[in-house]
Amino acid sequence: MDFSIASILLLDGLTNGAIYALLGLATVLVFAVTRVIFIPQGEFVAFGALTLAGLQQGQAPGTISFLLGLALLVALLDLVAALRQGRRPVNAILTVLQQAAAPVAIGLLGLWAAPQHLSLLLQVLLTLAIVTAMGPLIYRLAYQSLADASVLVLLIVSVGVHFALTGLGLVFFGAEGSRNPSFWDASFTLGPLLISGQTVIILLASLALILLLWLFFERSLYGKALRATAVNRLGARLMGISSIAAGRLSFTMAAFIGALSGVLISPTTTIFYDSGFLIGLKGFVAAVFAGLASYPGAALGAVLVGLLESFSSFWASAFKEVIVFTSILPVLLWRSLRDPHVEES
Amino acid sequence: MNKKFLLPALLLFALPLLPVPEFWITQLNYIGMFALVSLGLVLLTGVGGLTSFGQAAFVGLGAYSSALLSTRFGISPWLGLCAGLAVTMLVALLLAWLTLRMSGHYLPLATIAWALSLNYTMANMEFLGKYDGILSVPALQLFGFSLQGGRSIYYLIWVIALLAALGVRNLLDSRPGRAIRALNGASMMAEAMGVSTFRYKVIIFMLAAMLASVSGWLFAHFQRTVNPSPFALKMGIEYLFMAVVGGIGNVWGAFIGAAVFKVIEDQLKDILPLLLGSQGNFEIIVLGVVLVLIIKYAPKGIWPYGVAVCSRWFPAGQRRRDWDGAAPLIRRTKPEVGELLLDVVKLRKQFGGLLAVNDVSFQIHTGEIVGLIGPNGAGKSTTFNLISGVIGLTSGQVSFRGAAVGGLAAREIAQRGMSRTFQHVKLIADMTVLENVALGGHLRSQSGTARAMLRLDREEEKRLFAEAERQLQRIGMASQADQLAGNLALGPQRLIEIARALCTDPALLLLDEPAAGLRHKEKQALAEVLRQLKREGLSILLVEHDMEFVMGLTDRLVVMEFGTKLIEGTPEVVQASPAVMAAYLGTEH
Repeated sequence: MDFSIASILLLDGLTNGAIYALLGLATVLVFAVTRVIFIPQGEFVAFGALTLAGLQQGQAPGTISFLLGLALLVALLDLVAALRQGRRPVNAILTVLQQAAAPVAIGLLGLWAAPQHLSLLLQVLLTLAIVTAMGPLIYRLAYQSLADASVLVLLIVSVGVHFALTGLGLVFFGAEGSRNPSFWDASFTLGPLLISGQTVIILLASLALILLLWLFFERSLYGKALRATAVNRLGARLMGISSIAAGRLSFTMAAFIGALSGVLISPTTTIFYDSGFLIGLKGFVAAVFAGLASYPGAALGAVLVGLLESFSSFWASAFKEVIVFTSILPVLLWRSLRDPHVEES
Repeated sequence: MNKKFLLPALLLFALPLLPVPEFWITQLNYIGMFALVSLGLVLLTGVGGLTSFGQAAFVGLGAYSSALLSTRFGISPWLGLCAGLAVTMLVALLLAWLTLRMSGHYLPLATIAWALSLNYTMANMEFLGKYDGILSVPALQLFGFSLQGGRSIYYLIWVIALLAALGVRNLLDSRPGRAIRALNGASMMAEAMGVSTFRYKVIIFMLAAMLASVSGWLFAHFQRTVNPSPFALKMGIEYLFMAVVGGIGNVWGAFIGAAVFKVIEDQLKDILPLLLGSQGNFEIIVLGVVLVLIIKYAPKGIWPYGVAVCSRWFPAGQRRRDWDGAAPLIRRTKPEVGELLLDVVKLRKQFGGLLAVNDVSFQIHTGEIVGLIGPNGAGKSTTFNLISGVIGLTSGQVSFRGAAVGGLAAREIAQRGMSRTFQHVKLIADMTVLENVALGGHLRSQSGTARAMLRLDREEEKRLFAEAERQLQRIGMASQADQLAGNLALGPQRLIEIARALCTDPALLLLDEPAAGLRHKEKQALAEVLRQLKREGLSILLVEHDMEFVMGLTDRLVVMEFGTKLIEGTPEVVQASPAVMAAYLGTEH
């Protein structure tokens, strides 16, 4: 290996690491606020990439009808719950309609926009909207009523959701993979390196999002409410912060981050309906590096995972995944020696 | 074995002799092998509260080990079984050692990573045949018979599966089993009773992995080929699905879950592609949704519904009382009355900026009842937790019977003869009162996991139950021995905690608010029991809010306020103290 190969691998690792960082952040966010280990994070990545691919071909991807279906189901469940609580039917219906308005509007917009061959930027925005809107709906359907269950139960639910979403991905997008056109065809040379416009976009977008997240958590009231919920759910609830709203918000953010990651990487690699799982898991490994607790730690871990992946794909490409996933073991060892802690439920 | 299982068992073993189509025999073979794996998950997840998504990888380990050895080196599959088990134990030990000291969710995460890694390894190794796997694995031979056909290996599969189920059942009803049942949510209590919870977590993880490995061995020699796909992470999740659907808390739930899974999955694989008009693993959609629904609406799975139907014919049996005349458990040598028993010197605990216990010192001599009182937030319970080792101390010394115990783990302190109850009652709700109390005898008995599975522990069990019953009689609760602990009111539950602590044969008993939740008469009875214990030479330290109870019972009182010791003396001295009055009632200005 010479310097030029090393620098190419370095750049590759950084680019992938940036994506893993985003996913790792989402994982930490969801876990801290809701205690859900969100295995299906990667499915949002695949949904994002493949929804965009569908729009590119001028078709309405299955994710749109899925979004509408989810919204309908949630509306029905909410209506039944509200009526059971003895609320006036008119009030109940109005509240439910209000809740369902956003996802239904996005879905209908999607159905209208799909055959219009809009510009790439608009399609990207539409894709982000479609996938992001699924986040709170999935939270409502799968997790909301289990808010007080143990981490273990929530993890098993996550696995169920992962199964269902992967299978649905196959229904929506078929078994063939897709690759999207590059957002920016420019390329730059920096010494021996050839940096594509897409790489620049990925790095910049990731940095921008990390910065935004930091601002959100440090400077905004919603961000502080989420942090409060993460520290002490009961305490936050007593302060008037709804843990349901906090859960919904964190899932919305996770879905947005997943969709954005998917859209960003889709021009650099072919994405299949089940590709998201491995990508998400690598973000996950990064989050475990940080003990599922620290945002900067997760970002740093993600870059390490990205580098480990790119260098091992050079030296032992067949065992790339083995190396990446086995690397979690020494990390766990280090963590268990650093803070041995037995949880009492 | 119980009589009520005789008929189903007979039917099961007669089945291959009847003209049942080969298809159903094959299905049953798969169900038996799947059940073996999900049985491990029942033990691990349902009972122990841990989980693993990597069971399929352990199945693969068992399958590949034997397949490789028998095809490449011509080694007997029976030796291959041992080799597979050995490798499995090594891997399981490593994973357990790495993750089980941390919170519960690191184990499943590590098993996901491990399952993926192993699968990619299998699929990329030249000598494992890459994606094609290993072909023409030999059939099993048993006493000269070839178990080549589905009908002959059927017997082996089901004998192993049923023996494993009985073994797990036996284990759960034994000394190690009671410790395992305490892992899920009561590990702090278990540690205080002398149980090494880490050790039992490792044990159940290894047992689950070994059951999976055996299933893999059967799989390899039944299918006669192995390739990576049946051992992928997806299958690992499906094993968990079986256990959850069948009934994660019950041994037979594993079998029901395996059967339901196998039948449904086959049907879905036929129907869904027709419905959706294309080929693919669409069944995972249904499996995922069903998993979420089951957890939401029937967290105990299908099994409890089956029990509700069956219990009409098979009423649940009570434990047979067979321990009359059992030899008593070993008792420790007791300190002489008047000897210095507990010496607490400058005990201090700091939680961040909060000084909860500030250089508290006091002593207890054998045969004394000492009360620790003080207003709410005075640091009484923290002092208790420091002395009993439940939380670590910041500084100071504790010596018990002349040996320094400050900073030791709760388990080690328990071993030296100090036992405690908890302010928030910590009983195992789905165990009977008697079994809960028997957990206190953990350190006075030895039977290990293997002995328990093979039922070689019955003599010792009798001694344990005899002792537990004796302690229940002592506190007047023997009549409720067979009730589930979770069904009792708070008062009786506190008494059970005392009986459990007594079952450890302590020299010093630490009681955290024993009278809370008791009625007046019950309090009087409890005070009488404690006086009796004192007469028998036991020493007691108690935290209590009921002044009448404390004043009438104790020899000496230690009063705390804001983490500091205010005063120490006889109840009369304390009652007369203006400082104590000020602490409780405030001062006049």
